[in-house]
Amino acid sequence: MRSFVRRAAVPVIAGLVLALAACSQGSATRADEPVAGKTTVRYMNFSANDGHEKDLDAIKAAFQTANPDITVQIETLPYADYFTKLQTAVAGGTAGDAFELNYENFVTYTANGSLAELKDVDAAPYKASLLEAFKADGKQYGLPASFSNVVLFYNKDLFKAAGVAPPTASWTWADEQAAATKLTNKGKGVWGDYQPISFFEFYKALAQAGGEFLAPDKKSSTFNSDAGRKAAEFLVAKAGKTMPTEAQGAGTPDFDSKLFKDGKLAMWHSGIWMFSGLADAKFDWDIAVEPGDTTKASAMFTNGAVVSAASKNQAAAQKWVTFLTSSDDMVKARLATSWELPPVADTDKVASYLTAGKPANRQAVFDSLDATVLPPVIERQQEMQDAVTKELSAAAAGRKDVATALADAQKAVDKLLS
Amino acid sequence: MNRRGWRNRGWVLFFLLPSAIPLVLFTAVPMVSSAWVSLHRWNLISPMEWVGLDNYTELLRDPATRDVFAHTLLYCAGYLPLVFAGGLGLALLLNQRMPGRAFFRAAYFLPVVTSWVVVALVWKWLLNPSSGLVNSLLGALGAPQPGWWTDPAWALPAVILASAWKDLGFVMVIMLAGLQAIPQDVLEAARTDGASAWQRFWRVTLPLLSPSTFFVVVISLINGFQVFDQVYVMTGGGPSGSSQVVVGQIYDLTFRYGRAGEASALSWILFAVILLITAVQVRGQRRWVHYA
Repeated sequence: MRSFVRRAAVPVIAGLVLALAACSQGSATRADEPVAGKTTVRYMNFSANDGHEKDLDAIKAAFQTANPDITVQIETLPYADYFTKLQTAVAGGTAGDAFELNYENFVTYTANGSLAELKDVDAAPYKASLLEAFKADGKQYGLPASFSNVVLFYNKDLFKAAGVAPPTASWTWADEQAAATKLTNKGKGVWGDYQPISFFEFYKALAQAGGEFLAPDKKSSTFNSDAGRKAAEFLVAKAGKTMPTEAQGAGTPDFDSKLFKDGKLAMWHSGIWMFSGLADAKFDWDIAVEPGDTTKASAMFTNGAVVSAASKNQAAAQKWVTFLTSSDDMVKARLATSWELPPVADTDKVASYLTAGKPANRQAVFDSLDATVLPPVIERQQEMQDAVTKELSAAAAGRKDVATALADAQKAVDKLLS
Repeated sequence: MNRRGWRNRGWVLFFLLPSAIPLVLFTAVPMVSSAWVSLHRWNLISPMEWVGLDNYTELLRDPATRDVFAHTLLYCAGYLPLVFAGGLGLALLLNQRMPGRAFFRAAYFLPVVTSWVVVALVWKWLLNPSSGLVNSLLGALGAPQPGWWTDPAWALPAVILASAWKDLGFVMVIMLAGLQAIPQDVLEAARTDGASAWQRFWRVTLPLLSPSTFFVVVISLINGFQVFDQVYVMTGGGPSGSSQVVVGQIYDLTFRYGRAGEASALSWILFAVILLITAVQVRGQRRWVHYA
């Protein structure tokens, strides 16, 4: 046995050493040697993806000019993959020093302890309600970076051709339904309306019908109500009648934007971040405040920038997210390209947005802010969104009736809250 | 054992290292740690919390688990006959003397060595319900145009079709090897005895191919239960979860919902199911596999 140990050990150890050497070499490429006196801040985000990469680069350049001792490294990822990737990166310790979070996922990340508290934040530049949205337990864990809302886009040419009066701010669901029916021409492949049958449209429609998604203590859900059934019925009834069905492709990425751009969609519930993408549309289009039911309620979304608790450069990272969320360079970059709106308190700063080009009725973007609804947020956010969307799709495809689907969705959400 | 034997054993171990190290590092260690994780609640980020067997009992009660196993079984039920019949048919065809035989063999094997992501994307385009080649052809023929990956009823069949197409070449190669191992004199004897081509196939070729058949069935079923890439790329488990399979669920639980504990438990349940099915097959083979 001794001879085995001695003789066999040599090649075995040689092999181990080789293998280990190979491993360590692989990981050595990761660590960036910092340039003397210079700090590097890595920033992960999704909202510059697909068209606004250059605008974010411009903000970064302005920041680096003002802070020559800090280099910002930007990683832009598509929204669809972002949260999967972010979770893995945070778990694996490879997340950026700072990263973007939407309001919906903010609670999940404060709860799992991966965010650093931001101290000595100057609240003055920010819209107070937005700054408040990124607080947890009285501590500031994020800064609002932008906000946006959802409006009713419409194809003016299709309305004119069908002889239907265009939408106004006083429209209700009934007006929308009546117009959508008249505008739908299945023979020509033209649809009257498109509103995704999903969690995001449902909580908004629920608010428009006067319902509440969660109980005030957030320990149970309350959407399986008369208002909830009315809202779900409104959405579900569109499928196949004035709006393409799931089997026809509804719900797949870019389906709706393509349909609208092709001039085959008269009305479209979508976000103001689509403005720049529609710049080269070959038809005339405009927007209006979304129709309500018993009350008006427009969906508002806000994205924030946070600093990772695991970052070694938290001070520099906070400097960057502060600049990114409150500097005039940021305001300029966002307004110039009709990106999402800057979260600034000073409304004079955003006045130029109104005259920045198509659509003509940009005032509707600000009018929508008079009555907004934020997404309901819980710790197990993604599961809640998926569960509600799944049940509503089942109802839309006729696999369940609306009442059963809603009851099942409420059961699923309550389980996530327990 | 003498000195030389020990010395040789050392070199044997040395040459095993390149495969043994990754096996230990990337298979054995993760397996053991996933068993440990499966007994905890863990969102990948916060500290783990011991829950005992709760994840297992929870999963066994969850209707979603039943659904994903049902979809996986359906997938296997569609995929296995298709890939087996297709692969065997190709092998029989390409075992004949014919011009361009080597080219066809290589051509059918090409998809096997192609990345699943590439194949799945190509099939997704081909099967695009509104602008894909397949539906355009069906439309031209006046046939109905299914909503392939947008229609819950068609999503799984679409995945089965793409999978069978890709793996056809693999089955073909195994079957070709099996066919060539059949002694010609046995077939000749059958012919001399007046057996028709059909009888020779059923009575001689097929039974003597049974070791290859056994291998293909075992491997294909194991692969079938582990189906993931093509589902992830082509349908993402949708629409409305209609094509979600077990491994897809494991992925979603971990990376979408941060429920690594339940995902690990589901992995072990899947492991147990595959082990059981394979054990039954190995036991059953004595009755139908003939080694020449």
